[in-house]
Amino acid sequence: MKEYLKKINDFTITFGTVNGSGSATANNTILRSIFKMGIPVSARNIFPSNIQGMPTWYSLRVSKDGYMGRVEKDDILVAMNPESVNKDIKNLNTQGVLLYNENMELNGLRTDIIAFSMPVDDLVKSCGFSSNLNIYLSNMVYVGVLAYLISLDIEMLEESLFQHFGGKKSAIVPNLAVINTSFNWAEQNITKNSRYQLKPMDSTRSKIMVDGNTSAALGALYGGLQFAAWYPITPATSLAEALNEYIPSIRTDLETGNTTCVVVQAEDEIAAIGMVVGAGWAGLRAMTSTSGPGMCLMSEFLGLAYFTEVPLVVWDVQRVGPSTGMPTHTSQGDLTLSYFLSHGDKDFVIMLPSNINECFEFGWKALDIAEELQTPVIILSDLELGMNVWMADPFNYPDKDIQRGKVLWEEDLEQFARKMKQEWGRYLDVDGDGIPHRTIPGNMHTSAPYFTRGTSHDTYAQYSEDPEDWKVNLKRLKKKFLVAKSNVPKPESSKPNSTQAMIAYGSTDMPAVEAIDILNSKKVSLDYMRIRAIPFCEEIKTFIECHERIFVVENNRDGQMKQILCVEYPEHANKFVNISQSDGMSLSANWIVNNILKIISGGGKNE
Amino acid sequence: MNNPAPRQEIVNALGLARNAYTGCPTSLCKGCGHTSIANMIVSACFEMDIQPEKIVKFSGIGCSSKSAAYFLERSFGYNGLHGRMPSLAEGALFADMSLIGIGVSGDGDTANIGLSQFKHISRRNVPLVYIVENNGVYGLTKGQFSATAEKGLTLKRQGENPYLPVDIAFEAIAANASFVARSFAGDPKQVKELIKAAISHRGTAILDIISPCVTFNNQDFSLHSYSWGKGHEAPLHELEFVPPRDEITIEDFERGSIKEVTMHDGSVIVFKKLERDYDPTNRTEAIGMLEEAIRRNWLITGLIYIDPNSPNIFDMYQLGETPLNRLPPEKIRPDRKSLERINQRFG
Repeated sequence: MKEYLKKINDFTITFGTVNGSGSATANNTILRSIFKMGIPVSARNIFPSNIQGMPTWYSLRVSKDGYMGRVEKDDILVAMNPESVNKDIKNLNTQGVLLYNENMELNGLRTDIIAFSMPVDDLVKSCGFSSNLNIYLSNMVYVGVLAYLISLDIEMLEESLFQHFGGKKSAIVPNLAVINTSFNWAEQNITKNSRYQLKPMDSTRSKIMVDGNTSAALGALYGGLQFAAWYPITPATSLAEALNEYIPSIRTDLETGNTTCVVVQAEDEIAAIGMVVGAGWAGLRAMTSTSGPGMCLMSEFLGLAYFTEVPLVVWDVQRVGPSTGMPTHTSQGDLTLSYFLSHGDKDFVIMLPSNINECFEFGWKALDIAEELQTPVIILSDLELGMNVWMADPFNYPDKDIQRGKVLWEEDLEQFARKMKQEWGRYLDVDGDGIPHRTIPGNMHTSAPYFTRGTSHDTYAQYSEDPEDWKVNLKRLKKKFLVAKSNVPKPESSKPNSTQAMIAYGSTDMPAVEAIDILNSKKVSLDYMRIRAIPFCEEIKTFIECHERIFVVENNRDGQMKQILCVEYPEHANKFVNISQSDGMSLSANWIVNNILKIISGGGKNE
Repeated sequence: MNNPAPRQEIVNALGLARNAYTGCPTSLCKGCGHTSIANMIVSACFEMDIQPEKIVKFSGIGCSSKSAAYFLERSFGYNGLHGRMPSLAEGALFADMSLIGIGVSGDGDTANIGLSQFKHISRRNVPLVYIVENNGVYGLTKGQFSATAEKGLTLKRQGENPYLPVDIAFEAIAANASFVARSFAGDPKQVKELIKAAISHRGTAILDIISPCVTFNNQDFSLHSYSWGKGHEAPLHELEFVPPRDEITIEDFERGSIKEVTMHDGSVIVFKKLERDYDPTNRTEAIGMLEEAIRRNWLITGLIYIDPNSPNIFDMYQLGETPLNRLPPEKIRPDRKSLERINQRFG
């Protein structure tokens, strides 16, 4: 076999396991340990919509350059699942390494890979722990063997286990024993001829590792969230659960022990958003978290919230639709749904976080924007970002005070009447920005109460079917959306350098930036812009005007961002080229590159 | 109706006249049961000396839900979506626990499209006076059967109703509601006493009030008509609401025929025995009574069931004296140090 160059800190490992077998502990331990070695690392859970017994994969990418996008092929396969092993092996690169449980039957072995069988049961048994732990401890065998094979620091494994089990000795001891036993076994029984090696770096110092849903929840709690209602749905569930996890420690008044944030698990998504609309209307900073099917159910209430000008935030952690689709797989398929949500004329502010730090930042900022504009704000995350753990800079404390918008309490109402020389009216546009002043229940001033209705009303909230009243009101609502253009996060873009460009958003930023670099190395220069919010601001228009051809890269079938760009900028519609697909997996840089190259070389559209 | 406008000079303990509790002019049909109920809401709040601004009204969609504009103009109100009044109220009432929530819904709103939210708010025991103005028919869409319409009812547009009805009080009890009453818009005195009791109840108070639709479903044989109600009403008791500060004067009642239930706020509901003994704190008896009423075609009215001490949703959270919606920014944004600790934890 020909000798290949060593690949240091630049390879992919996939772990093929059975779901419900407790492999998460083993996989997380490896991830954390590589991170602790100072090496940039990322990982994805590819898991079925099932509790126990079906194949699941954990795909870990070590990248000295810090790329975090998905890679299609594996360098190392740790095979623990007899059901999927023969298919998984096909996905190994030439010169790839296979570690497999010796009790599995392989259908003939590829000759271009290096394979090691692990005596998993014997190694676990030899450690002598209670046999009912064995199924979980089995996974620690591959941790030990792999550690030897790729030079993973055992001390870091120990630290990671300590962290994972919160210092609980009874859990750490058996796991560590199996790791050490397996490491020693590997040392004595296998040749360390893998080309994939880890070497300590200094690229993760002061970084954190956390998932997007937890980041979003924390962002909201630092944004003064006061009320959340939700209904369980993959992949959004862990967002609401993170609220519950952190409220006791960070949102409990130290003097009184009272909570300052309420979370209610509703009976369905309609009730969840209903509670949030009620809370937002009554002056609480309120949000819900859901996924596509929940968004559909919330549609009517979001129309009501738009029309009755109730601030609230909805996190949509996207999964694959239509229908039940693939609940445990990722997509960016809810963009046009969010853009066109609910019947009649309406607009929704949409925020598009691309990374952990933006999940946190948009988490608090969205509550400000919602209250400033008195309108619902939708944040589109996805399973990729929300349910996987990512390396990121530490969370930044909000750099802006909490913005409550135009709320009038008792004294404010007195001042309003004096200053404006007219009585307050709920829908009076006294500032000319379309945003009226609001009062909230509990305000005891006799002129504070008003009747909120989803039916047409005049500026003093009285029922009216006068065509003029309807028109004036809807025009004012539109004006608010123009104000939103300057309130929402601006895009991030590279300096103009080329006539061609790429646009991406959300989690697709990860493969997109890598694709730009690969294309550059192939002498194809593309400028890059990452859209962070709708409505589109002036900078987005300018960027589009500056380029002749723009590839819009996204993880859905139809190119939904491209569709919206065409609606917003019809005069530039023929510039946009759709680079999109949806198959449940996040896009890879390779796929993006290949499709763009095909088009550039005149090979037509993507598949 | 039997509710003449009070003279202007009559004021309550807050110095407010009754008209401080009224609403916009009604647009409902003349003789609609809902108008009579709206009047009783006004009277109850006036007589209980409640600051109108302390009340928050909620409603869904339908004739009943429109009526929320026709009482308590000095109160906040939110007329939301069809069948979704309970969730709106549930979120809003967390903002300030001192507020009094009054929800108005109809039989279509509650027993058809909103059955789920109705049952879930009952089981969570959110403090809310939940009035169902029950006429068995959709009015705004001009006369279709609702889920409370009895089997065999004939309506001009739809012919004969082939389905068995939903009994709102029965559903409420099944959902563990802590206060379940049924009344009849043609018996305004009882309606008013029940509304008062419901307001002082620390949980969801379901009031299923038969409220005839004079336009689409007031035929003599219909279970939701004035004449049928008058002919078949079978009150479980005569009841009187006695506010906390008042002494109970029982001389009007016969000795041994009185039952009292003390509410959380110290007020007392006094039940006077009528034809039979009935204990509204006994859930089994309540269920039996509802079953018997269905079998015998009785319109039983009164407080069917009450548990004045049932924990409510606020008891599940440790909420402070200051209303959540009045907390200053520094109380709702954790400090920098806490974020440093979190960053360390993820490092």
